[in-house]
Amino acid sequence: MNREQVAALKELMAQEFTALELHLYLDTHPTDQRALMEYNEACRQVMVLKQRYQQQFGPLTFCETSGYPWQWIEEPWPWQISY
Amino acid sequence: MWIYEKKLQYPAKVGRANLRMAKYLITQYGGPDGELAASLRYLTQRYTMPTGQAKAILTDIGTEELAHLEIIATLVYKLMDRATIGEIEAAGLGAYYADHDKALFYVNGEGVPWTAAYIQSKGDPVADLHEDMAAEEKARATYEWLINLSDDPDLNDTLSFLRQREIVHFQRFGEALQIVQEYMDSKRIY
Repeated sequence: MNREQVAALKELMAQEFTALELHLYLDTHPTDQRALMEYNEACRQVMVLKQRYQQQFGPLTFCETSGYPWQWIEEPWPWQISY
Repeated sequence: MWIYEKKLQYPAKVGRANLRMAKYLITQYGGPDGELAASLRYLTQRYTMPTGQAKAILTDIGTEELAHLEIIATLVYKLMDRATIGEIEAAGLGAYYADHDKALFYVNGEGVPWTAAYIQSKGDPVADLHEDMAAEEKARATYEWLINLSDDPDLNDTLSFLRQREIVHFQRFGEALQIVQEYMDSKRIY
């Protein structure tokens, strides 16, 4: 995996982590409107980054469209990557 | 249901192969306070939680623990990568090698296989959430002992991330416990 792809992957991982942290917080603070707005905004950014990453490097999860041949089997898998 | 994402939650790095740390770290894979125990505990307790908040937090943290399980597996895999038989034996991993080669298996640092006896699902939400809070503190302490044993800054960076997650989970479980207790008190009006 080249530097550009690792950097794009790490940027997506960081943004998803922001969304996850807000997601857990909202589970026990469902009426915190500011956190909810931040969560929705974080998720919009995740969607943008994920779409961009997958268009360039292939599917990251179930039901993302694949080029030919089937791209899901492409290596490296997450544990094989030098971050 | 669950859907896999082909990425880690956090970039799991090791500075160098290190069988001594692999032997210690495997306990967070299949040991009593490890990530498998955490995930399976929360995911099986969630069914009998009385409030939406508690069902959600157990589902979401139980799912995050699976991501942590994958991070631990990645670290152990990388720590054992390219090790020779001689190095494996010298690190005290000869018996592990005989059973598993370098494959990942659910054992603690002494090779004891994972058991459901590590966890409980009591059906009493107050008891279960207290167990969950204690589990997070025990996992936090385990990460601190592992960091004490390691001199690899890259490995310690990833272990520090996991340690911090235990603190956040403890906080969220504490909030869920308060919500559940208030809910149960509100039911006790005669």
